[in-house]
Amino acid sequence: MERFKVLVVDDEDDFRETIVKRLRGRNLDTTGVASGEEALKVMAQESFDVVVLDVRMPGMDGIEALKEMKKRWPLTEVIMLTGHASVESGIQGMQLGAFDYVMKPVPLDELLDKMRQAYERKKIQEGKF
Amino acid sequence: MDKGHLQKLRWEIVATIIGFSVVPLLLLGAVFYHEFSSSYHAKVRESLRTLVDNRRGALDLFLEERVSQLVTLAHTHTLETISEENYLNKVFNIMQARSRSYMDLGVIDEDGNHLAYVGPYYSLLKGVNYKGEEWFNAVMAQGIHISDVFLGFRKVPHFIIAVLVRERQRIWILRATIDSDIIENIVRAAWIGKKGDAFIINRENILQTSPRFSGTLLGPPATPDFSKAVGTLVEELSHAGEKSLYGAAPLSSHRRWVIVVQEDPAEQLSPLLSARLLGLVIGLFGIALIVTGAWFSSQAMMRELLEMERKKAASEHMAIQSSKMAALGKMAAGIAHEINNPLAVIGEKAGWIKDLLKEEDISKSPNFQEFADAVAKIEYHVLRAKKITHRLLSFGRRMEPVKEQVDVNQVLDETIDFLENEARYRSIDIQTDLAPDLPTITSDASQLQQVFLNIINNAIDAIGKNGLIQIKTRYMPKHAQIAIEISDNGPGIPKEYLDKIFDPFFTTKEVGKGTGLGLSISYSIVENLGGRMMVASQEGEGTTFTIYLPAK
Repeated sequence: MERFKVLVVDDEDDFRETIVKRLRGRNLDTTGVASGEEALKVMAQESFDVVVLDVRMPGMDGIEALKEMKKRWPLTEVIMLTGHASVESGIQGMQLGAFDYVMKPVPLDELLDKMRQAYERKKIQEGKF
Repeated sequence: MDKGHLQKLRWEIVATIIGFSVVPLLLLGAVFYHEFSSSYHAKVRESLRTLVDNRRGALDLFLEERVSQLVTLAHTHTLETISEENYLNKVFNIMQARSRSYMDLGVIDEDGNHLAYVGPYYSLLKGVNYKGEEWFNAVMAQGIHISDVFLGFRKVPHFIIAVLVRERQRIWILRATIDSDIIENIVRAAWIGKKGDAFIINRENILQTSPRFSGTLLGPPATPDFSKAVGTLVEELSHAGEKSLYGAAPLSSHRRWVIVVQEDPAEQLSPLLSARLLGLVIGLFGIALIVTGAWFSSQAMMRELLEMERKKAASEHMAIQSSKMAALGKMAAGIAHEINNPLAVIGEKAGWIKDLLKEEDISKSPNFQEFADAVAKIEYHVLRAKKITHRLLSFGRRMEPVKEQVDVNQVLDETIDFLENEARYRSIDIQTDLAPDLPTITSDASQLQQVFLNIINNAIDAIGKNGLIQIKTRYMPKHAQIAIEISDNGPGIPKEYLDKIFDPFFTTKEVGKGTGLGLSISYSIVENLGGRMMVASQEGEGTTFTIYLPAK
């Protein structure tokens, strides 16, 4: 399994820290940040293949962060993580260029599948250019 | 509205209708009766007055004729001629030939001596001297005198007319006796009805004719005293406990006599009484009609009112139900979100433990299996909780339904296909009666399918084993609606649950078997699609869900 770089953006510390540990355990180069602003800051310093982005966060919310990411790093794939009645926002995210959305709580295997598919697509997209 | 209040309202309506109809009716009746009665009374009095005047006129005419006949006779003869009895007899016979009003005729000198006499009492009266008689003095004083009725020497009621003649140095008197029967006959013509009476009294209130009821000749009448009457008068007076109508008039030819006519008012007013009776009957009939009308119209009103109350209650119930849905939907979505995050954390922590269990040498630990089982259970129940929160989210979600052309019959067929195996396995027969003329409607097929699936699934669960599910569709062009009826012959829904079955989380299934969201989600889906969902259930007989959808 190819190793790719993942950024997890979620303000729920327990969730973020655990999922980062588990993804790292699955041999993924994983970074965790707690807000949209932080994510953009980190992404400006190093590039990521897949971003798992929570929709609802204090400060800059997921949709805004998504817009900014897609503007600046169009090839980075984003998976929206929705924790509330926001299937609509998930769909909206997809319209804005997100790869897919998953609803919390999500079994890690399911999330991993989506991340791999996203990474596949990124590679295809990169090949085109 | 409670029964007592309605009953009170009904009585108020009845009372108002009766009041507003009966009062004018009674008022009208009273006014008409009063007018009719007073004019009838006036008419009765007037006719009595006419009668009295008429009788008085007849009497006057009679007496005046007699007086003028005697005056003419007296003044066209000398005492010598008239006191010749043969001649007097001839004259008397001529007078009697025309009318038999005279009994006799006599000539009297100024000293009261009877000079000549013609009549049936010759022997009795020939030698009589009248000097002491009252009438003799009266005629000497007045020239002409009509006497009261008296019995005289012959003990027969009569009265006399005497005329004084001054012939040069001599004075003489012509006197005629009048049979009072003639006067009586004239007066009797005024006896009206069974109780009417008429008679003449003199100024001393002594009867001059024989009355029918009110006393005897030459005695006082059994009536009020009219002897001092001046002109014609008509009065209603009580006498000896009986009310009578009296008319009285003094004669003009004989000022000492007053004719009195008595009438029984009851008899005279009997047409009025029968009119009153008729009016009373019509009035009572009218009142009965009004009361009946009021009763029936108020009954109809009450029915209408109750129907309105019922409809109002039903629509209020629906409004409450849908606002409850909206509020609970919002709340459910909020709660689901708040729960999802901790669930995600729990899930991840469990996943982390699972990951760790794989590493190192923990598998050798005697409790390894216990750890693994516990973690698996945590993950399992996190997923179970997630199912509930996700259903809650879909209930709270206010997604705009897709607008597409939907053939409801086809959606039902597909849904039934989906459930047929399960039904067959439980020997439940699903029968359909789908209207062939059902128009396609603008709706959301997958949401509708979710609703149908839910209800049919519930029906299957309710029946358990061996039963019948009937699915009917109908087109109602009048209301631009289609109706989908799903009935089962299961145990039915207890009355106390009927109000709650659409409430979120209400379930009668065991814990873990149902979330209590199926029907509430179905309900809000149908509402979102612009339709209505109703339930009717009879315990022991089954349940019918009816869904109405707009067909435009």
